[in-house]
Amino acid sequence: MIETKIEIAEKKHRSTIGFWLYLMTDSLLFASLFAVYIVLKDGIASGPEAKDIIVMPLVLTETILLLASSLTCGLALLSFKFKKIRQAVVFLALTYALGVAFLTIELTEFSTLIADGHGWQHSAFLSAFFVLVATHGAHIAVGLLWLLVLIIVLARKGLTSKLERQFTLFGLFWHFLDLVWIFIFSIVYLGGLL
Amino acid sequence: MTNEQAYKKSLGKYAIGFIVSLILTFAAYFIVTESYLEGMVAMVVIGALAFVQMIVQLIFFLHLDEESRPRIKLFAFASMSLILLIIVVGSLWIMSHLNYNMMEMSPAEKTEYMMEQKGGGF
Repeated sequence: MIETKIEIAEKKHRSTIGFWLYLMTDSLLFASLFAVYIVLKDGIASGPEAKDIIVMPLVLTETILLLASSLTCGLALLSFKFKKIRQAVVFLALTYALGVAFLTIELTEFSTLIADGHGWQHSAFLSAFFVLVATHGAHIAVGLLWLLVLIIVLARKGLTSKLERQFTLFGLFWHFLDLVWIFIFSIVYLGGLL
Repeated sequence: MTNEQAYKKSLGKYAIGFIVSLILTFAAYFIVTESYLEGMVAMVVIGALAFVQMIVQLIFFLHLDEESRPRIKLFAFASMSLILLIIVVGSLWIMSHLNYNMMEMSPAEKTEYMMEQKGGGF
């Protein structure tokens, strides 16, 4: 089937709005978890407080990795828009690598906490902490899987208008996750140190 | 505007967004780690920095300013922000007025009190 340019633009416009509405409802999930975290953060049950378990240099590294990943993702989309496919692939690979690095640091943080006996079972604070941060981490993991699938399809079939549309949606998702992380960084980590 | 100029302009926009976000992140980080500000003031400043960074990323990364009319995305974002605010501020307001929070206790004392009441944590 041959699509006209107008049809392609119309489809892209519609799916972008649909996906945007999904992101807005997803932010409801995060807002609830933030509210839960702030309410429960004083319930430490004689265990560690936020400032006892936070390794700030690692968290700053995570923040910068995710921000850089968001940038390279945007640059990849820009390259697609101007038909610089090779350049786009490089940026996509960078986005993927930075995302994996972020997730690795986060999982190391979690496993260290659990190994030290500060798992989610210990207190209301740790439960809320793990649920909030890991929900974001799970989104990142899903995003990485999605990106991998898109890259494989790109390698096998080349850039179709459908694929370009899907990359645009992925870009929205990825930037959104960076937005959520700003608030995790500010409220959970920086707020925990105060 | 030629294709190349349009490309350079968009590229510049991403670069600005990235650099400003980086500066805001480092500002918030050093305010806390170097204890330039403390307590409530620090919390408000960090909240403000996070808010500004959100706006910066919405404009420079998510291109919310380039949306053509009718601005459905912007409207959806605004109405969702309102609901979000009601959920978060409302929860905190209610919970801070609950009985055990109305007693003047430190987190440690509160935990001890809860342990006595329920026989082990909450």
